[in-house]
Amino acid sequence: MPDYQTHEHDVLVIGAGGAGLRAAIEASAAGVSVGLVCKSLLGKAHTVMAEGGIAAALANVDDRDNWKVHFADTMRGGQYVNNWRMAELHAKEAPDRVRELEAWGAVFDRTSDGRILQRNFGGHRYPRLAHVGDRTGLEMIRTLQDHGIHQGIDVHMECTIITLLKDHGRVVGAFGYERERGRFKLFKSKAVVLATGGVGRAYKITSNSWEYTGDGHTLAYDAGAELVDMEFVQFHPTGMIWPPSVRGILVTEAVRGEGGVLRNSEGRRFMFEEIPENYRAQTADNEEEGWRYTQGDKSARRPPELLTRDHVSRCIVREIKAGRGSPHGGVFLDISWIKARIPNGTEHIKKKLPSMYHQFKQLADLDITQEPMEIGPTTHYIMGGVRVDGDTQMSTVPGLFAAGECAAGINGANRLGGNSLSDILVFGKRAGEFAAKFAKSGKSGTIDAQQLEEAARRAIEPFDRGTGGENAYQVQYALQDMMHDLVGIVRTEPEMQRALDGLDALRTRERRVGVGGHREYNSGWHAALDLHSLLTVSEAITRSAIERRESRGGHFREDYPDKDTAFGTLNFVVRKAPDGRMEIVRAPIPGMPQELKNIIEEMK
Amino acid sequence: MAAERATFRIWRGDAQGGTFQDYPTKVSEGMVVLDAVHQIQAEQANDLAVRWNCKAGKCGSCSAEVNGNPRLMCMTRLNQLDLSVPVTVGPMHAFPLIRDLVTDVSWNFEAKKRIKRFKPRPPDAPDGTWRIAQGDVERVQEFRKCIECFLCQDVCHVLRDHQMFDAFIGPRHLVYAAALEMHPLDTENRIPDLKRAHGVGYCNITKCCTKVCPESITITDNAIIPLKERVIDQLYDPVAMLFRKLRTRD
Repeated sequence: MPDYQTHEHDVLVIGAGGAGLRAAIEASAAGVSVGLVCKSLLGKAHTVMAEGGIAAALANVDDRDNWKVHFADTMRGGQYVNNWRMAELHAKEAPDRVRELEAWGAVFDRTSDGRILQRNFGGHRYPRLAHVGDRTGLEMIRTLQDHGIHQGIDVHMECTIITLLKDHGRVVGAFGYERERGRFKLFKSKAVVLATGGVGRAYKITSNSWEYTGDGHTLAYDAGAELVDMEFVQFHPTGMIWPPSVRGILVTEAVRGEGGVLRNSEGRRFMFEEIPENYRAQTADNEEEGWRYTQGDKSARRPPELLTRDHVSRCIVREIKAGRGSPHGGVFLDISWIKARIPNGTEHIKKKLPSMYHQFKQLADLDITQEPMEIGPTTHYIMGGVRVDGDTQMSTVPGLFAAGECAAGINGANRLGGNSLSDILVFGKRAGEFAAKFAKSGKSGTIDAQQLEEAARRAIEPFDRGTGGENAYQVQYALQDMMHDLVGIVRTEPEMQRALDGLDALRTRERRVGVGGHREYNSGWHAALDLHSLLTVSEAITRSAIERRESRGGHFREDYPDKDTAFGTLNFVVRKAPDGRMEIVRAPIPGMPQELKNIIEEMK
Repeated sequence: MAAERATFRIWRGDAQGGTFQDYPTKVSEGMVVLDAVHQIQAEQANDLAVRWNCKAGKCGSCSAEVNGNPRLMCMTRLNQLDLSVPVTVGPMHAFPLIRDLVTDVSWNFEAKKRIKRFKPRPPDAPDGTWRIAQGDVERVQEFRKCIECFLCQDVCHVLRDHQMFDAFIGPRHLVYAAALEMHPLDTENRIPDLKRAHGVGYCNITKCCTKVCPESITITDNAIIPLKERVIDQLYDPVAMLFRKLRTRD
């Protein structure tokens, strides 16, 4: 029997970013005991990186906004393969979740009459993002953290879960290790909420931190739950590209929301050259109108730089491929030009985009108030994830819930900027609420000792092979290179088939990974254990992307460059077949109620 | 600085002891210390313990001492350092060492819990929320930029040299307390706690914390000194003291 510590909670939340914290707070407020597992220290999760704001139809800046417009924007952005129920709940509940943050101490930027200020963002018809300069994520995670620490939640920091435990088909706990001493931990619980974020580390160029290895996706999949929409990966159009060591770090969309423009090497605003049909009516057709929009002119339509991220990324790739890129292989993003249009431009930019100013100044020796930035697409977010019920966030496995980036549905084929921070609040709360309910009605299960033993044995195998084995970091790098080259922004069937072969080869290498030293805070060991998740989600992305023989949202197929209405009515579900292989199944999207259909029609 | 080499002298060891070890590695344009550490970890020392997350100065995980200076490794460019001699990278000194560059910072999380939580006044706008002027939030927003890297705690002599973790909450938590005290909606009174439990008086304004703050928060001038003034106003003002005395007699 492996040596381990046992903890018991009614609800175990895995992941302590916005979704996990919000779920833990809600479950705890419902009167059940809650354990919160974080892969890093508390308050360092990826939410901290979110910059632009929280999308919520508060209508503080433009009173034409309401949940219906937000719903229609989200569905349009997601190309209508979203879980419409989640999009509806999200649009309706986001304003309350933002006001609640304020009541817990968040300090948002203000309108002139003292209400929460909202800013423009891609794909949102009206200024909708509640924000704090360009560090909204930090404000949010800190507010939740500082509220949560007084709720009696047991926080397990620097702890990674490696398997979920089941009893008679129901999830009854989780097993993992803590980094500090390398000891195993058993968590018994009546319900589990996954809130582990995304998968960006499967790609070479990414805005995501080391934690983003698809743990929750993989835990759920291995436990028999279904994943959905895994082909939809968001490549954010604006990541830093120079110098090489900062490649991929995010440059917030708020730069464009505040009037920043994209130009190619010829100085042209190339985004005007291709405006998708379904956005034409609401997009400016000249630079002047676009500028007026960013400055709050309600009669103006938004500039094409604020089209959805999937589209902007593809336009940037097109410019680079056509030889109109910037010196280091990107394009130019310019905010400094607004100095010609507004008084005190330099100060204005620093005030609206303080961390961007800081980031470029310190990491790239570039003053964004004086010069354009060089940017290019970076892997940012996965729309796909655990398939959940829209109301309760429960997966297809009883007792297993998921919220935030590791759950799927709200975003469809493409996520709008700002909808993630609102998603994690709305569905983090719901997951916590329903997990607590589930826990209250259920009882503890029996832990399968054999499952524990097996997980522990696999986890320490790399030590048996020692430093003579494969280097975990090199396997990870090889995977990142391959996914970037073969299953990236532009995809084709032959390349993705090669990626499947490549994944087989990497699985073999993974089984040979060895680590030296002991178990205490051994980064090499942690990297070795993350490989299983990375390979699982990479396979799910690749297999789903092969099946979707069309282009939609974040998924672009060079061999099927157009949208195909036949694919507009279905999602691809990923699950483990009885023989242990990964299978992809078509799932028709349930019919939308007439009321929601009418809203979409009205807003067209 | 095209593809040259540099040596990084990195602390390897745990609470029982350890030593600095030299790792020569390739360096290229734009690299930061964390890049070099990662490269060494991936190529030469797989088990090297280091914390990091965002690599963009936003999460405050990769705090360390670079050539003796408390810094975020992700925001320390190699072109700011003299690469003709080894670059020393060690863990923060104020906290107990776990391994290599990783220290036990858990005390910070416990200390924060002892500070009374945010307590807003009841909503007073017609829509059930509040109206707050931008001017009133700016002071607090400076403090809320804090990324909890704990470099200010590391450099504070009360904690670093005197290890007074029981008596003094340190600059980070004074900034946190200031953010609450100056929050336009907050109604809690933390002044007596600041004096007694949190030990604001131990700060003797050497401003070391302000100097190392990667977020450029004016910790001493804008947070700590105003808190000290509030303690004096509330607890040492002779008129108020007399007034309190008389009231107690009633």
